Amino acid sequence: MSDTLIDANWLDYLLVAIYFGFVLGIGVMARRSVSDSIDFFLSGRSLPAWVTGLAFISANLGAVEIMGMSANGAEIGMPTVHYFWVGAVPAMLFLGVVMMPFYYGSKVRSVPEFMFRRFGTGAHLVNAISFAVAQLLIAGVNLALLAGIVHALLGWPIWIALVVAGAIVLSYITLGGLSAAIYNEVLQFFVIVASLLPLTLIGLHRVGGWDGLTDKITAAADGAPADAAVAPASQQLESWPGQALSGFDSPLLSVIGIVFGLGFVLSFGYWTTNFVEVQRAMASDSISAARKTPIIGAFPKMFVPFIVIVPGMISAVLVQEMVDLKSGGSPAGGASGEGVAYNDALLLLMRDVLPNGLLGLAIAGLLAAFMAGMAANISAFNTVFSYDLWQRYIRKDHSDDYYLRIGRLATIAATVIAIFTARIAMGYDNVMDYLQTLFGFFNAPLFATFILGMFWKRMTPTAGWVGLVAGTLAAIAVDRLAAAGVIDLPGQGAAFLAAATAFVVDIVLSIVVSLVTKPKPASELRGLVYSETPREDRTDPDEASMPWWRRTAPLAGIALAMVIVLNVAF
Amino acid sequence: MSTDTTSGSAQSQPRKAGAFDIRNIIGALMGVYGVILALAGLLGEHEPAKTGDVNANLWTGLALLAVAVFFLGWAKLKPIVVPPDFDRPDDDPTRPAPQRKRPPAH
Repeated sequence: MSDTLIDANWLDYLLVAIYFGFVLGIGVMARRSVSDSIDFFLSGRSLPAWVTGLAFISANLGAVEIMGMSANGAEIGMPTVHYFWVGAVPAMLFLGVVMMPFYYGSKVRSVPEFMFRRFGTGAHLVNAISFAVAQLLIAGVNLALLAGIVHALLGWPIWIALVVAGAIVLSYITLGGLSAAIYNEVLQFFVIVASLLPLTLIGLHRVGGWDGLTDKITAAADGAPADAAVAPASQQLESWPGQALSGFDSPLLSVIGIVFGLGFVLSFGYWTTNFVEVQRAMASDSISAARKTPIIGAFPKMFVPFIVIVPGMISAVLVQEMVDLKSGGSPAGGASGEGVAYNDALLLLMRDVLPNGLLGLAIAGLLAAFMAGMAANISAFNTVFSYDLWQRYIRKDHSDDYYLRIGRLATIAATVIAIFTARIAMGYDNVMDYLQTLFGFFNAPLFATFILGMFWKRMTPTAGWVGLVAGTLAAIAVDRLAAAGVIDLPGQGAAFLAAATAFVVDIVLSIVVSLVTKPKPASELRGLVYSETPREDRTDPDEASMPWWRRTAPLAGIALAMVIVLNVAF
Repeated sequence: MSTDTTSGSAQSQPRKAGAFDIRNIIGALMGVYGVILALAGLLGEHEPAKTGDVNANLWTGLALLAVAVFFLGWAKLKPIVVPPDFDRPDDDPTRPAPQRKRPPAH
């Protein structure tokens, strides 16, 4: 056996090189304007909904999805599907049906911008700072995973791998990798599916099909020593009531925790306020196409769990290191070089199952996903730092060149900071626990403020920032109590509780503060508050003439029905 | 970096999106991958121990070729028409990258 975790040969590197040739090549051609068609596809608001729908999914099919969900699948099995069938899909439908008209109509480019127009300075400042911090922390997660692949391929020490991975991302950004965003994202989707689908099928073949997988998980769970705290097989193989995921002993509390904490607060918060994704929808050609973007995206999204969670479950019974880890051992090695973790589930399965060739395809897909994911985080940080913070509050009225320079410095600084936030991420055995904790801090209060501000015109500017600050503090308090052992919830239960607490604290305080402070005049709220936005601003007049399968509401209805069937079936 | 300016003005006639239609790009990448993987499956070593006696490279390669044919065929049958004037993407000041070499659109 070689000294690297993954044994790649020239064929694998060729496939990786072809991918980057495509992506950077289109980026270069886009900047040189060699073709009208490229400009057309990259221009705002002119794309068919299936393109933006795939880009929408792909912008999210990165660190969280691939590594986090497979790690979760390896650790707790089927209950992980709640992230898709209770979390993401209903949230995407809600985004398309309810929220998108406000975003598309008001043409805001970022969450802080929406906050500024609805609530003014206070909420804007609070939100801009918290958004910038969140992007740095999440960039660290992507960087940690990218470094893990570099380490697995080349065997370099993890510190060097982190610096190399940071350099890769920086050069991707400076070579113009973001210029061809929509092409990259759609290509990335196909490459990832083309590698994960064979991985799943071959993995299933190796363990003897679905029945073989069930038998092996049952045997492993029954045979595991008690101190390994492995969830019983019945909980790993059925999605409901999902105690292994929420950490509650009571099935009823577990269902409530998953539906309210994960489903309503965390996922709705994540999907409806995440502009890295929402911007993809804003690139479509009409309000109708913008609304359909997340709804079309919901269809492939429903089936993503089968190619990310199932491989994680297979890995936990097929890969020797994962088997050891799950039965309480601590095998050496892993992508971090500091012992195998659940995060390694997918990489190790790739090593054991994929022949050279397919292996290269999978590496290309993973590199692309983490690199594009981190580049998106850095770019989002850059926007908010340069324009929402620096220009608005620190140095006003300088030249465009000046802010471009600030932006470049911010890009480099953010990459360096991400090397350190990556170390925090690496401290977590299962990266999903960490991500959900972060979403609880940042997205849950934001969602509460958004939703209240959108439907209650009385909500005041003061309430906007007070709610955000208090919600975030409440989530941090719950997280610290859980870390100190006062609240005992394994799995991601503590993150769900923190998110739910943040949501409730934010809503209650916002209402109380609104009742004693002065609201904005109704004339300033058009396009920002439901009751102040005329119906014709929210809907597309052409949509009524389309056939039913191209209209928003029937499509959303079909998606909802399908996801309910999936929930019942598993 | 030079500052030469290639013409970026829009065509006066609507045209088909051609080679850079996103479906053609997908088809091209999947096609290249399909050919390489299928060849690797036919000519390369099999590694049956990893895959459980399935020639995974060959089958994946063939599937990718099918995907490629689908996208190339779709683009051929129903070309996307680029309208004569559309909002050209500006350099997004928030996305750090080399500048587009193009005079202002107006």
